[in-house]
Amino acid sequence: MMRIYVNGTPHSVEVDPSTPLLWVLRETIGLTGTKYGCGIAACGACTVHVDGQPLRSCITPISSVSGKHITTIEGLSADGSHPVQRAWIAEEVPQCGFCQSGQIMTAVALLEKNPRPSDADIDDAMSGIICRCGTYQRIRRAIRRAVRNMAKEA
Amino acid sequence: MGEMVAIGRRNFLKITAAAGGGLLVGFYLPERASASEPASSDPAAFVPNAWIRVGTDDVVTLMVASSEMGQGVMTAIPMLAADEMDADWSRVRIETAPAARAYFNPLIGQQLTGGSTAVRAFWMPVRQAGAAARAVLLDAAAETWQVPAAECRTENGAVIHPPSGRRLGYGALARRAATLPVPKTVFLKEPSEFRLIGTPVPRVDTHAKVTGKAVFGQDVQLRGMLTALVLRCPVFGGKLAGFEAAAALAVPGVRRVFAIDSGVAVVADGFWPAKVGRDALRVRWEEGALAGLSSALIEQRFQAAARRPGAVARSVGNAGAAEARSARKLDAIYQVPYLAHACMEPMNCTADVRPDGCDIWVPTQAQTGAQQTAVRITGLAEERVRIHTTFLGGGFGRRSEQDFVAEAVQISKAVGAPVKLQWTREDDMRHDFYRPATYNRLSAGIGAHGALQSWRHHIVGPSIFARVFPKSVKNGIDPTSVEGAANLPYAVPNIHVSYVLDDPGVPVGFWRSVGSSQNTFVTECFLDEIAHATGKDPYQLRRSLLKKHPRHLAVLELAASKAGWGSPPPPGRHRGIAVAGSFGSYVAEVAEVSISERGRLRVHRVVCAVDCGMVVNPDTVVAQMESAIVFGLSAALADEITIKDGRVQQSNFDNYPVLRMDNMPEIEVHIVHSAESPGGIGEPGTPPIAPAVANAVFAATGRPVRRLPIRVG
Ligand code: FES
Ligand code: FES
Repeated sequence: MMRIYVNGTPHSVEVDPSTPLLWVLRETIGLTGTKYGCGIAACGACTVHVDGQPLRSCITPISSVSGKHITTIEGLSADGSHPVQRAWIAEEVPQCGFCQSGQIMTAVALLEKNPRPSDADIDDAMSGIICRCGTYQRIRRAIRRAVRNMAKEA
Repeated sequence: MGEMVAIGRRNFLKITAAAGGGLLVGFYLPERASASEPASSDPAAFVPNAWIRVGTDDVVTLMVASSEMGQGVMTAIPMLAADEMDADWSRVRIETAPAARAYFNPLIGQQLTGGSTAVRAFWMPVRQAGAAARAVLLDAAAETWQVPAAECRTENGAVIHPPSGRRLGYGALARRAATLPVPKTVFLKEPSEFRLIGTPVPRVDTHAKVTGKAVFGQDVQLRGMLTALVLRCPVFGGKLAGFEAAAALAVPGVRRVFAIDSGVAVVADGFWPAKVGRDALRVRWEEGALAGLSSALIEQRFQAAARRPGAVARSVGNAGAAEARSARKLDAIYQVPYLAHACMEPMNCTADVRPDGCDIWVPTQAQTGAQQTAVRITGLAEERVRIHTTFLGGGFGRRSEQDFVAEAVQISKAVGAPVKLQWTREDDMRHDFYRPATYNRLSAGIGAHGALQSWRHHIVGPSIFARVFPKSVKNGIDPTSVEGAANLPYAVPNIHVSYVLDDPGVPVGFWRSVGSSQNTFVTECFLDEIAHATGKDPYQLRRSLLKKHPRHLAVLELAASKAGWGSPPPPGRHRGIAVAGSFGSYVAEVAEVSISERGRLRVHRVVCAVDCGMVVNPDTVVAQMESAIVFGLSAALADEITIKDGRVQQSNFDNYPVLRMDNMPEIEVHIVHSAESPGGIGEPGTPPIAPAVANAVFAATGRPVRRLPIRVG
């Protein structure tokens, strides 16, 4: 039995300790906003925050995050009001949308660490997250917009 | 009001009362109702046909029969109906249609999203349905007020009577409108009257997609649902010879292990036990005839096949004779590899097969195909197989296939419980229906003064239609194999395009922009070779050869001028240009690239000009051009499926590297204003990008690029 905190709520989970966090989130807890895209840490669709750090949940055994605080896309805001989500809406970023939870979680982690990223910082942080629909240009724009949103509100 | 249109014979509109007193506008298909479908009193066999529902609460529900896979169709199609009926967009709700004949794509003859046809197919019928709804609502108001209908107008979800200042919302009129006869003719708006069409209406699915709430196939959860993975033979065409289930069954959470048509199914409580169980499975395969297949052998085979004359796809003048007479001859071999779709969401399907019915939740482009697949496997009547289309995490043609649906239905039927079949990324990459690899022999005859006298293009490759629509392969020609080649737009006096259907056995399927994805690379790059050989500017050569094709010419000129063609590029940069018409639209692209001293190719900027006829949603057009360019760039720069020992060598994004943000160029999209009827937008942006980049590399290095992906040095 392991205990994790997901979006502030404690969960006791009884699964094989090698089970990746991704499947615990999706299947045991039922939060399906975090996606499976590759299973080998190559696409970023499964990105969540563990104690504030972005992490690939598809290769993270549940045993390694026991007792930790995990934030998923569902925990960012109940209604899409996080400044990064609002920027994503304003720039009409998503196409199929499948990669976008991972994109947004990565962007949020970037801006928490670096509230004024350069273009190179953005490309650097975001290049781990694949978008087969090619929304990269809009993601760049949305991050710059989120920077402005957050600066205004700070 | 604009054009008066008689209600079409094929799409009879039907107006009925909806439950709760609303108005329902449906497509009624008399051929079927009279022939094979006896009037049924079985409520479970209710055949849905609604397209528009106006509730007494003023909510207008609009159906979308096409699959939302990123292309924005869930916003675009409802815009058509809402505009014609003057609905209040803020009160519009959108529903995804089930599988039923009323939702067939009229251009394809089944419910299928593909070929960039959605807007082209539904442009008229959905607008007509909207116009009919508007007409009966207006008549209902005129009746209520006892005034001539001609004195009434509609606006933002209401009918108004300006002389008396009266106004009634559609909800209040729905009940009476539902009793009125279907109008024999309806008025469609003039483009100048559109309020939604042509404007950047925000996508309706954005909020769900930034909050994690959008339900993709992968996200379907049902009570009592099990998860299945399938182990398939790694060699194409191989068969199961035997398996030992014990080690897989020993994994906690694994419930059942059994053979199905495509391999061995491992059914478990969740993905992880199914995966661990599958890894533990011991299987013997009869690898079959393709066990020795390799990319090198495929190339040799294509070379040999290229010696055959092939079927003639287009012949103008006498290219052979003209070439023999010409002062100079150019020739070249062009090759493209097999490509995987690599949709972001790996294939999956959830099926619940019961003795009396079957429900399927699936990210599919092909609802009719999914329904027929389940009918075939379960023996159930069509009306008892319900297809619930989820959001699609990418489609690109891959999700028009039925392999994953068949697996899910077989497994659910066998275990008697709802089952989610999930493919891993590796499954997805190794069991795709690949973009055909092709081998192309090109030759051109150049006259004494440098004029292009003849063009010959001989294509060798497998056929998609031979598998999916064999009747459409006529006289040895699969139209998808020669599209982008046979319709070469250039004014050349002698043209010969031929095709040898040669199938090495690797399964092939529709991949974003299909034949044009490879043929445009071949033809547009060879044209640059001709420009180079005759000392002409590639852009000016195209202009001179496109005089009879104003739409090609307009996008070409727009892209060139926006890209600054003619003025020198920034230091170290080189430009390439390409143009193509596909799926009813015209796109030109200019790529600006640099090659570092160490041979690293970078695409810095892409300027795109598109003419897709009348635009439904300009922001969606821009997004689709961006998307199609990125998709094509991955293929131009990196992607390649190779075969060894009958197996696909690539497995995941580590060895099938797709474009990421660090290689993302700046893309700018310019839309040509057009009054032509709408063309497609999902695919036409892809064909020109590989040749635009390859031509820029040619400009940089002086060496033509004749093979994809592009390797510099
Ligand atoms: S699913 Fe975890 S990185 Fe791709
Ligand atoms: S929006 Fe489709 S993969 Fe990114």
